[in-house]
Amino acid sequence: MRELKTAAIAVIAFTVVLGLAYPLAMTGVSQVVFPGRADGEPRLIARAYPDDLFQPRPSVTGYAADGTFFNNQGPNQRALADQLKGYVNDYLERERPFTPGLRAADIPSDAATTSASGVDPDISDDNARIQANRVASRRGLDRARVLDLVDAHARRGIVNVNDLNAAVEAAR
Amino acid sequence: MTAGGWLEILLFLAVLTALTPVMGGYLAGVFRGEVTQLAGVERVAYRGLGVDPARGQDWKGYARSVLVFSVAGSVLLYVIVRAQGATWDLTFNTTASFVTNTNWQFYAGETTLSHFAQMAGLAVQNFLSAGTGIAVLVAFVRGLASRSGKEIGVFYVDLVRTILYVLLPLSVVIGLMLVSQGVIQSLSAGPVASQEAIKMLGTNGGGFFNVNSAHPYENPTWLSNFVEMLAILIIPASLTAMYGRMVDNRRQGWMVFGAMMALFVVAVVLIYLSEAGPTPAMHAAGLGGDNLEGKEMRFGIGSSALFAAVTTAASCGAVNAAMESFSGLGGAIPMAQMMTGEVIWGGVGSGLYSMLLFVILGVFIAGLMVGRTPEFLGKKIEAREIKLTIIGTIAVPMMVLVATALAIGSKWGAPSIYDSGPQGFSETLYAYTSQGNNNGSAFAGYTGYLQPNGTNRGAFGISFADVLGGLTMLGGRFIPMLAVLAVAGSLAGKRVAPVGLGTLRTDTPTFAVVLIAVVLIVALLTFVPALLLGPVVQGFSDGLY
Repeated sequence: MRELKTAAIAVIAFTVVLGLAYPLAMTGVSQVVFPGRADGEPRLIARAYPDDLFQPRPSVTGYAADGTFFNNQGPNQRALADQLKGYVNDYLERERPFTPGLRAADIPSDAATTSASGVDPDISDDNARIQANRVASRRGLDRARVLDLVDAHARRGIVNVNDLNAAVEAAR
Repeated sequence: MTAGGWLEILLFLAVLTALTPVMGGYLAGVFRGEVTQLAGVERVAYRGLGVDPARGQDWKGYARSVLVFSVAGSVLLYVIVRAQGATWDLTFNTTASFVTNTNWQFYAGETTLSHFAQMAGLAVQNFLSAGTGIAVLVAFVRGLASRSGKEIGVFYVDLVRTILYVLLPLSVVIGLMLVSQGVIQSLSAGPVASQEAIKMLGTNGGGFFNVNSAHPYENPTWLSNFVEMLAILIIPASLTAMYGRMVDNRRQGWMVFGAMMALFVVAVVLIYLSEAGPTPAMHAAGLGGDNLEGKEMRFGIGSSALFAAVTTAASCGAVNAAMESFSGLGGAIPMAQMMTGEVIWGGVGSGLYSMLLFVILGVFIAGLMVGRTPEFLGKKIEAREIKLTIIGTIAVPMMVLVATALAIGSKWGAPSIYDSGPQGFSETLYAYTSQGNNNGSAFAGYTGYLQPNGTNRGAFGISFADVLGGLTMLGGRFIPMLAVLAVAGSLAGKRVAPVGLGTLRTDTPTFAVVLIAVVLIVALLTFVPALLLGPVVQGFSDGLY
């Protein structure tokens, strides 16, 4: 009986301290020290872009940030193979007019596979360099200029699509 | 594979090794009662709880406190989750999941639960289940070290000290560090960073978002990822150093650390190698390159492989990539790590106490081979301890195999399976391995709950998977835990024999090799046939199913 009482008090007290006071205090401090960032920066979440801009990786969730799930097709699934073929064809259809001779084997694997979160904001810089041909042509920009933007935004082999597209849109 | 990837792995192992003795020394200080900065807060807590910190408990008293406390926590959590409108079976599974430090997620964080339920329900158990694991380990080590008497500590004192001096302050530091990287922490968008910090530190693993640490708002950068991985292993690794100090022989701690590290390094390297290169499905689509399906670009295959190894070695279960999308062998290794009984680092507390059971088993087997009475830390290991040790080491593998067989062999397991062919078997095996060993990571196609609008069938729990999984988690947590406490009680009063020429030393590299062999033979070998049926078939075949 005494044991029960102690346990009950402990659970309630810990819930107040660890379940309410701790997260609320952390929220207060975060909002003061990192305003904006603590609310979630939009640049961290991929979204769909019109096809005169750089495209993020394929997503099975339609780039939903608040209803995320994995693709969950195993490495030997025929369903996955079919899905990937679809992404490969989409990519070739979109990019080949601007990158003649582009073959499936040339596609960087990030461009035709789904990310884990469905909202991966980054693409490989190889992927970006292929897409640069289309973006430059569709927007009437100098190809070298777009490639410079890719290089300027590349970090450790990857480029944030949101940042890159913002830069492209700002370019004249 | 890149030089950068290997460098990150080396850097991670180096930082972890360097922090182990520092943090281990601090932990030893905490549990010897030498750290007293918050003595005032402690006094208030003990008075409020009605606990006398000076009156030690024997193993039965300690176990009773652990069990009653866990039941009380379960009741509150059940009420909170059920009040969210979750079905009874899903609620049972989720409650069992968080009270046992598993954090298996049949629910989808962001769509099933409110922020309040995540904060006041799940995250509280993240602290408490972790604290309970550490407390039990400390009690066990006291039993090993004690020279007289039957007392192994006071549960609530160990719990309060763990939270006050270890989990809470570290969570604050790591949480703010994560916010600085872009993890969100707000009332409207969600208290993610505060939950993320303890999710890692307590080797819990239940994500705020359904895709867990793959979500950019849970894990936005390379650095946040590195910190999260370090947060997972820092306590399990440091506990080995704490153990060495508490038994007055630091080499004992390093021996266990060495055995864990050796197994871990093999796992990391194998996963990284397996993910470099296309999978059969990528081949079929004409794609080359690394297996980036289900992985995030900011992590690449290097940080994804390392994270997968970290999270399945420690019983964390957080993921930064879709485990189900790993190559056949890349998915088999994480499974194999869990199948060792989560002793390669393992969960906070539970990893080391389970490993120490293997040490006792190793002492027994090696003792028999050289024809000597088995002794551990100068204490005779006798029939009672060996019986309890066997229960503690064999019960979980048995439950996992039986549960998997039930799910595969009966029609009730079928609705949970998402992928066809061997992958469907792998999903099932992974699910019960993960739940039985209190890990919580998943081949996430396996489901126990149909989301509203997820299918045309409406939302409901799959009772069979929820209940069987819940029972597996509870058994996987409390059977070894009780066995460990009973061994502690039985060893606590034993006389210590002086070290002599004939003593089988347990603080040497040789014994670390014995320990690794025992783990592989007793735990892992049990699962080889099952592993062959699923992931290994896929790993060696280019066929599609």
